[in-house]
Amino acid sequence: MLRYIAPLVVFMGMVLMFWIGLGKDPQKLPSALLDKPAPAFNLPQLHKANANFAPEELKGKVWVLNVWASWCAACRSEHPLFMELARRGEVTMVGLNYKDQINDAKTWLRQLGDPYVLSVSDLAGTVGIDYGVYGVPESFLIDKEGVIRYKHVGPVSRQDWNTIIKPKIKELEG
Amino acid sequence: MRLTFFIILFTLFSSPLIAKEAVSLNDPAIDIERFKSLTSELRCQKCQNQTIWDSHAGLAEDMKTLVRDQMKQGRSDDEIIDFMVTRYGDFIRYKPSFSASNMVLWVGPFILLLAGIAMLFLQIRKRRQDIADTPLNADDTARVDELLKKQGGEG
Repeated sequence: MLRYIAPLVVFMGMVLMFWIGLGKDPQKLPSALLDKPAPAFNLPQLHKANANFAPEELKGKVWVLNVWASWCAACRSEHPLFMELARRGEVTMVGLNYKDQINDAKTWLRQLGDPYVLSVSDLAGTVGIDYGVYGVPESFLIDKEGVIRYKHVGPVSRQDWNTIIKPKIKELEG
Repeated sequence: MRLTFFIILFTLFSSPLIAKEAVSLNDPAIDIERFKSLTSELRCQKCQNQTIWDSHAGLAEDMKTLVRDQMKQGRSDDEIIDFMVTRYGDFIRYKPSFSASNMVLWVGPFILLLAGIAMLFLQIRKRRQDIADTPLNADDTARVDELLKKQGGEG
């Protein structure tokens, strides 16, 4: 009897492994920085070039660092949602303007609206590398202690927000 | 003729405009062979089946610049690789180091190989037992004798 059941069990196991393995999106990589302190930086603000911003300033707050750029087409698809969240005051969001031209970035925000409390300019992309950014847009959820709790690669959809990020913010704020 | 001339002229002068500035390799301060071996060990996260040495993606160029700068600062190969791994995780390495989470991948094939060899030996032993000499009974001996005699007669 075993000689008939054993191959079936092995086969079912392989089906299960392939089912899970092939269902994953190979473009979504786990972040090496999850549950680690958000890397420090000190970058000039997009709208106030002579003022800087460092993540320590938001200690004690749960906030989102959103990596965006005016050349990034996918950023446009998450933008309306962010505008809505900003209007409702649902989240503190800082923009990391990644490898962009300052004027292009400003025009982009003027035309589409600015959902960020502020944006910082990472012209050379070095802070992006510190955060392990490999595809824009990316969003990092950072807790009150300045630790990265969640990373989202690609545009944030309404569903992503409602089912994953929003509950996490609630939990971290609680 | 004139058209051809303009086409040639155009192709001659257009490419430098389109080409983005690649990381300069003519820097006497860096050892190009070392730079090549280091950047060939790092995976471009944007184009996942390319090393950053091979890739011209913006991110790969940035990473190459970083590697070059760190080489200039006199950092060792391990330090530079670690710098990338802490930011991008083990996936950035083409030759990942041994760790608890990828142990199965390193050890698994050898376990399967050992299991295969063990099964092969068991099979061989079992088969040996199956084909062990069993004495013929009287009927069979008589038949064999008869057949041999027949063959002897014909030959």
